[in-house]
Amino acid sequence: MRWTGRHLLGLEGVTREELLEVLDTAAKFREILDRPVKKVPTLRGVTIANLFFEPSTRTRMSFELAEKRLSADTVSFSTTTSSVKKGETLRDTARNIEAMMVDMVVLRHGSPGAPHFLSQHIDASVINAGDGAHEHPTQALLDLFTMRERLGELDGKSVTIVGDILHSRVAKSDVYGLRALGADVTICGPTTFLPAEIERLGVTVTTDIHEATHDADVVNILRIQRERQEGGFLPSLREYTALFGIDAERVARMRPDVVIMHPGPINRGVELTPDVADSGRSVILEQVTNGVAVRMAIMFLISRVRAAERAEELELLEVEL
Amino acid sequence: MRKLLVRGGHVVDPATRTDEPLDLLIVDGVVAETGLGISVGEDARIVDAEGSVVTPGLVDMHVHLREPGREDEETIESGSRAAAHGGVTAVAAMPNTEPAIDSASWVEFVRTHESPIEVYPIAAITKGREGRNLTEMAELAGAGAVAFSDDGSPVANSCVMRRALEYSAMVERPIISHSEDLDLSGSGVMNEGLASTLAGLRPIPAAAEEVAVARDIILAGMTGARLHIAHVSTAGSVELVRRAKSDGIAVTCETCPHYFTLTDDDVRSYDTNLRVSPPLRTASDVAAIKVGLADGTIDAIASDHAPHSLEEKQVEFDAAPPGMIGLETLLPLTLTQLVQPGTVTLERAIELLSTDPASILGIEHGSLAPGALADVTIFDTDWAWEISESWFLSKSRNSPFTGRTVRGRVTHTISRGEIVFEETAFDAGHARGKGEREPDELPLRI
Repeated sequence: MRWTGRHLLGLEGVTREELLEVLDTAAKFREILDRPVKKVPTLRGVTIANLFFEPSTRTRMSFELAEKRLSADTVSFSTTTSSVKKGETLRDTARNIEAMMVDMVVLRHGSPGAPHFLSQHIDASVINAGDGAHEHPTQALLDLFTMRERLGELDGKSVTIVGDILHSRVAKSDVYGLRALGADVTICGPTTFLPAEIERLGVTVTTDIHEATHDADVVNILRIQRERQEGGFLPSLREYTALFGIDAERVARMRPDVVIMHPGPINRGVELTPDVADSGRSVILEQVTNGVAVRMAIMFLISRVRAAERAEELELLEVEL
Repeated sequence: MRKLLVRGGHVVDPATRTDEPLDLLIVDGVVAETGLGISVGEDARIVDAEGSVVTPGLVDMHVHLREPGREDEETIESGSRAAAHGGVTAVAAMPNTEPAIDSASWVEFVRTHESPIEVYPIAAITKGREGRNLTEMAELAGAGAVAFSDDGSPVANSCVMRRALEYSAMVERPIISHSEDLDLSGSGVMNEGLASTLAGLRPIPAAAEEVAVARDIILAGMTGARLHIAHVSTAGSVELVRRAKSDGIAVTCETCPHYFTLTDDDVRSYDTNLRVSPPLRTASDVAAIKVGLADGTIDAIASDHAPHSLEEKQVEFDAAPPGMIGLETLLPLTLTQLVQPGTVTLERAIELLSTDPASILGIEHGSLAPGALADVTIFDTDWAWEISESWFLSKSRNSPFTGRTVRGRVTHTISRGEIVFEETAFDAGHARGKGEREPDELPLRI
């Protein structure tokens, strides 16, 4: 089935066929990134606004680069919600976007559901670049792309996600995508970081890091925010590292061909030691490169849906005339 | 002598155990008699209630009228008109206004405010609703406060709560507790469970309510005071109250239509009108609430009418204030969700909506016995209709029920013998046998 969404709000409910189309499309764009001239005219005349209401370096850069490589016209806006009154800003921004005839909005926001909210208020397509602890679909797409590049099709492959699942938007998008592609998923972290009823998403849940990782094809390690310690979720980062930190010793007890992933930025020495992060098992930098390709793919597919809509409108108009 | 005859209706009055077709004669604002074929002279006004249900006026014991302080969202006057529109003839107004209702002059302000229905003030438990020093409960009760509550800002300190219960017992008014452990709720905005995990919204566990309900019940048992638990929303709370009642503790409780109509799964739409406190719970909590309503564990259905401006609600979910309006949808939702499926009888529904809340508050409402105040609600139980935004009379529009089809609609509201609301659409198109009535088979969106 072809990609038919006019927004990308999350991976929940996205089908296997749709995911495969995104990933296959991304593979074609990935080739372009290896060319000397890394630019195609695909989105010429399309206007994209990048709205980042939360600090982000790599996701924003990745989107901006993807847009430039597709020859779109872009405008970027970054702020933190603390500096402006929450809520009003998003609604006012939505109205301004309408007025500026923007085709697509890339939104990063601290409130879960903010992209959903925006999509109901504007005609432009909304791409969720991370909303609170809800979803981060393009991160999951690049994770899937990278895994598929390394492992082939993901049916029956075992993927373990380690860390702060409760506050993670990446973990959930990964789970949706991986389950749709037939992978077995294990979630591992301290009990205070496990969201309610997460097992109902069809994943195995454990607090034993060895059990979770010793037979995994992929170990995806999430960033531990330092402020979680103050939030009372952890007695100390030291104890977290002792129980769940991935170091060379733990990797030695995993499969020899295990793929180590991390969405970045890494808290080196907390959830992951530098030697593992920089080892041959790690695909962390490939993830970054692939991020540009999958973002190009999703923006291309969404613009194709919009173009089809316009063509249909035009046809209807002709019939009326 | 002013006479009003409600003719031909089916009278349902739990207070007098009446459930039969009867005429109802009101003279000078008081019920004069009920009977068959009452005849009156030319001077009497006649309301034709044939085919309709006639009950004591509804009593909504938990509303926020926002005056003083937020008159842009609701006033005592606009809230009262909304009440009359919903068939409600008496409301108890919560004291979380700006300033809080914590002095006799503010209690009198609410009590004596001009309004088409009766507005009873609930006064604060502590000064400024700050959870520290008790208000002058005797003076406030004397000024007209029917109960005490720090609604929305529950008394966290157990010793203050103990003293409040002890002192309120002396002035013979119940304490209404918004039972919530604020530490457990934290910055949560929806029920903790699969739905919160999927939505990514910060969770509030059922335990945040249940821990506080348990504490309040234990303190009520210890002090012998009358405790009323506001807006019970979880299966665990229902069970705690059930056990407390069987232990002989003087506890009563209410729930709201949204807690037996909606679930936390609905919140996944991020509709800010679904943000309420306590949050919408799971389907099994809804089932337990229904059992509690049927078996008498839950004593009242209140709306927790909480008006909010569009500006405040048209934001990201976790930035929106909690609360939904409910005075006007109280009866239709109760009929549609509880009576029509057979969860409770119509008589039990009227107990929950009128007789029992009136008796908890010790106010003269909830009866159609001769000599009673002539507060009467007349409604058509078969009228299926879609709730639309423009239909509301409240100043605010924050209802998640807009667009929903319900069955049952108020046609007349009578307060102290005066008709304070009369459905004009009823005469225009829906009168029995003449107009183009909505088909009874209209599929219900439940």
